[in-house]
Amino acid sequence: MSDEQETIEQFTKSEYKWGFTTDLDTDFAPKGLDEDTVRFISAKKNEPEFLLEWRLKAFRHWLTLKEPTWPNVKYAAIDYQDAYYYAAPKEKKELLSMDEVDPDIRATFDKLGISLEEQKRLSGVAVDAVMDSVSVATTFKDELSKQGIIFCSFSEAVQEHPALIKKYLGSVVPYTDNFFATLNSAVFSDGSFCYVPKGVRCPMELSTYFRINAANTGQFERTLIVADEGATVSYLEGCTAPMRDENQLHAAVVEIVSHKGADVKYSTVQNWYPGDENGKGGIFNFVTKRGICHEKAKISWTQVETGSAITWKYPSVILRGDDSVGEFYSVALTNNHQQADTGTKMIHLGKNTRSTIISKGISAGKSNNSYRGLVRVASKADSARNFSQCDSLLIGDRCGAHTFPYLEVSNKSARIEHEATTTKIGEDQIFYCNQRGIDTENAIGLIVNGYCKEVFRELPMEFAVEAQKLLAISLEGSVG
Amino acid sequence: MLKIKNLEAAVEGNQILKGLNLNVNAGEVHAVMGPNGGGKSTLANVLAGREEYEILSGSVEYDGQDLLDMAPEDRARAGVFLAFQYPVEIPGVGMSNFLKTALNDMREARGESALDAMDFFALIREKLELVNMDEKFLSRAVNEGFSGGEKKRNEVFQMAVLEPKLAILDETDSGLDIDALKTVANGVNAQRSKDNAIIVVTHYQRLLDYIVPDFVHVLSDGRIVKSGDKNLALQLEEQGYDWLKNESGAAVAA
Amino acid sequence: MANESVFEECKQWYLSRFQAFEDSLNGGAELPFHTTRKQAISRFSELGLPTPGNEEWKYTNVAPIFEQKYEVAAQSEADTDVDIGPFTFGDLSRNRMVFLNGTYSKELSSFSSEGQGLLIGNLSELLENDKVRAHLGRYANFTDEPFTAINTAFANEGTVVYVPSGLTVKEPLHILHLSDGSSAPFATNPRNLFVVEDGGQVSVLESYHQLAGGSYFNNAVAEIFVGKNARVEHTKIQQEALDAYHIATFNVHQERESHFASVNIDLGGRLVRNNLNVMLNGEHCETHLLGFYVGSGVQHIDNHTFIDHAKPHCFSNELYKGILDDHAQGVFNGKILVRQDAQKTNALQSNKTLLLTDDAAINAKPQLEIFADDVKCTHGATIGQLDDEALFYLRCRGIGKDMAEAMLRHAFVADVLEGIKDGALRETIDAKIIDRFTS
Repeated sequence: MSDEQETIEQFTKSEYKWGFTTDLDTDFAPKGLDEDTVRFISAKKNEPEFLLEWRLKAFRHWLTLKEPTWPNVKYAAIDYQDAYYYAAPKEKKELLSMDEVDPDIRATFDKLGISLEEQKRLSGVAVDAVMDSVSVATTFKDELSKQGIIFCSFSEAVQEHPALIKKYLGSVVPYTDNFFATLNSAVFSDGSFCYVPKGVRCPMELSTYFRINAANTGQFERTLIVADEGATVSYLEGCTAPMRDENQLHAAVVEIVSHKGADVKYSTVQNWYPGDENGKGGIFNFVTKRGICHEKAKISWTQVETGSAITWKYPSVILRGDDSVGEFYSVALTNNHQQADTGTKMIHLGKNTRSTIISKGISAGKSNNSYRGLVRVASKADSARNFSQCDSLLIGDRCGAHTFPYLEVSNKSARIEHEATTTKIGEDQIFYCNQRGIDTENAIGLIVNGYCKEVFRELPMEFAVEAQKLLAISLEGSVG
Repeated sequence: MLKIKNLEAAVEGNQILKGLNLNVNAGEVHAVMGPNGGGKSTLANVLAGREEYEILSGSVEYDGQDLLDMAPEDRARAGVFLAFQYPVEIPGVGMSNFLKTALNDMREARGESALDAMDFFALIREKLELVNMDEKFLSRAVNEGFSGGEKKRNEVFQMAVLEPKLAILDETDSGLDIDALKTVANGVNAQRSKDNAIIVVTHYQRLLDYIVPDFVHVLSDGRIVKSGDKNLALQLEEQGYDWLKNESGAAVAA
Repeated sequence: MANESVFEECKQWYLSRFQAFEDSLNGGAELPFHTTRKQAISRFSELGLPTPGNEEWKYTNVAPIFEQKYEVAAQSEADTDVDIGPFTFGDLSRNRMVFLNGTYSKELSSFSSEGQGLLIGNLSELLENDKVRAHLGRYANFTDEPFTAINTAFANEGTVVYVPSGLTVKEPLHILHLSDGSSAPFATNPRNLFVVEDGGQVSVLESYHQLAGGSYFNNAVAEIFVGKNARVEHTKIQQEALDAYHIATFNVHQERESHFASVNIDLGGRLVRNNLNVMLNGEHCETHLLGFYVGSGVQHIDNHTFIDHAKPHCFSNELYKGILDDHAQGVFNGKILVRQDAQKTNALQSNKTLLLTDDAAINAKPQLEIFADDVKCTHGATIGQLDDEALFYLRCRGIGKDMAEAMLRHAFVADVLEGIKDGALRETIDAKIIDRFTS
């Protein structure tokens, strides 16, 4: 027992591996938030009038909203006036090739293990790298554009494809949606845009790597993915942030439109700085992610959440079209003082719609980990099916694991099944591993990875490997 | 007793039966064999009246009535019994209540009076012995927590209690060890008579060593492609089904 | 907005009724318990009525209850001409407390149980009893519960059972509530207190029926103390009028090695809400909460359960099932809290609902809040219809469609009814459920 305890201590004490900062000359918006900040951002980005108007409507609406609160999620009040809403690396001329990317930025990405070159050469992943709000390099753009696929930074899309932006921006997450989404709508700085035309199967995984670098910058990405009829795309999002003492706010919005027969897969690995072992610092991750499925369309969310001091996100699917499919696969791991409140919403509106929810929560240290999910079947949604499995694993006796599923069903042909279990890692399992020569640390890693297998196998290969490594690192500390 | 004419049926939009003909007379035992996916279980389910199976064309006459026009319970009351390949578990419905309801509903349909508790249990005990089952199992819910073998024995036991005129055994032998197989076969054989007919649907010849059929049919790609006596089953056991494909191709061409 | 004015009016109405109630107490207002009543009414005036914005009332709007003004049931002597025959449960009702429109009827009640120190009686007569004073109001917290506050403010009539250490009450006690809403709408606030000291044992059947229809509102609160190694079996069957409102709150407090089993059956009522809160305050406790409801027409049936695992090595098992027809609405909110100390907790929860029409709806929210690691907690919820496979199987054995459906509906209830240990009671309730299916 005491040996285990010791291992746990060591495990828990492991430090955030990605905690370095890059010394870049940064261009800030004046601190604080008012209409002028919104105008400043919009002007800086040379946006069309409709977008500025939209931002302002969002901002005015935001002023009327109250910040939400939740049981089992606690944090000090955020001073929204004490943050920078725009920060961009100053050097910003047209980049003609990868070689022109600032070497410091390149080095940062190299440290993160996503060398653009390497990504390009080895994995064939197209990366839209976002550093402090501005997309600095987009690879594979030409190759994609041959098939009519648009994959670029959000700012670029605003300039070059304003009609698409106007049509789809806010169509899934309206600017009135919730406190954080509304804030994002007012001040979003950049993000990614992706459009896959009719019948096109995107030939490679599209990927964005987010990184929060400058101190005291809230980061407000906006991602919009549109898969036209019969199109297929798989999108990867990875996040890391350097170590900072002050909490940083991250309020992103992701919208997905999956047209008739389209198939969108969205995978996230999030390991933003979770704060130190005393709960100091760390990212507040308040994210709104939602997709809409038209007839026979599919949206699949897979997430591995190991970082952030607070994670608040519910990637959701509105199953509007008949025969559409929504999926949610999630691993959320919390350690030390982390708090995660995550889950999904599956809104069944069309007939024969199906949804699957697999959620694996792992709590260690003094953390709190909640699954919060909604499955709603409208009265016209004949023959809707949902299966949910929400499992919690507790490591140590000072953490919490909570499950709050909401099932709202008003159609008699619906079949809804929800199962949840809460267990601890069995001492007998660890002992068995020990007896076969595996140390406790590795045994825990082994057991937890096994526990998360159903989710990992939904991830693209290279992500799955990264996720397993992350899990082992973040877990460093487990079993009582 | 049973006349199936040009029966075509589909499930979930896939046509499985493609013009099946079969005549069964009282006193006969027919074995329907064939490769997986050939339509054996579909035939069994169509005869029992499962709603997911769509009848595209053809007819089934049973004792002079249009079987396809009857509700599943009316078919059962008229003496058609299906021993399910995968009997469903029905938690909360006790075996004895279930059997009593079924038996008395059937008796009522036949114009007979309901059995009282004494007679009912006397009958049940006798039939339990036939399939070598313990009385304790009457207090369990229908098929709930039964092993594979128990479920199959339970089907034969119910057949013994309900005394059907036409019994259809759908892969009743699959998953049984040899002892269980013999028990099941004994149960079935005990009910053979000149008034009853049995259709044994099976993938393997093995069961037919114990329930000796009068006729053997090969059902492949939705049609009976070959019929014969019990020796056909032995031939199939030795040679598999592949040789039939050429023959059936020839038959269609002719 | 409409709600707000209804609620405000209702609040004022209750406040004014409280004054009338005080006046009717004839010196009862001098007793120490009256201070608690006054605290409760004052708390209620602060709380007001719950709105759907309140997470605990998200799916149940109580506004329809207060669209009429109820006379808070008078303290007058109850009518004794009533035939209680149809509402008794054979031998089980030999030991009975009868309440007519919330008022205790001595004439209709009868007692067969006896034992040294056993106390069974009406609350108003036992308010000064030391045993009662030691427990009354201790477990039913009204700080956040407006309906408990209302009940506490008007608490006077109700059943008190005190079982001393080591005594087993052999015959079950039947608490029979009969309501006749055919004249003016009225509200009752039955307040029950069951105290079973260490090693004691008692079985209580509580039933609510209508004598005649009409609108009335029963707002019952029970406090149940289960001492060390004591056992309490509680069965409740609710068959109120289909235009009546019924809210019942149970606060159960269990000490170590105690055993509490509840079976809760709802067949009637326009709007029904059960709050069943169980506190496991000692090690090795065992709790069984079983429930079943049938809703049809425009009935709304809401079951809220909360099991608080505060100590290690306890076991709780919960199973709630419902069948909803027509436009009926069901709510199930089952919360299991496992506190940090409550290691080796084993908690099971299952909730199953059958929807028979597209106009019926169920909102289910099974929740686990776990703060201890060495626990086994599971919950499951399913929503669906009768099993087509099972239906087909039954029909293939010659059982007609209607009968087969009835058998499956009945089978659906079977595991809840198994929780009723007394065979005769189980059969009587079974028969009432079958009646309900066919009505």
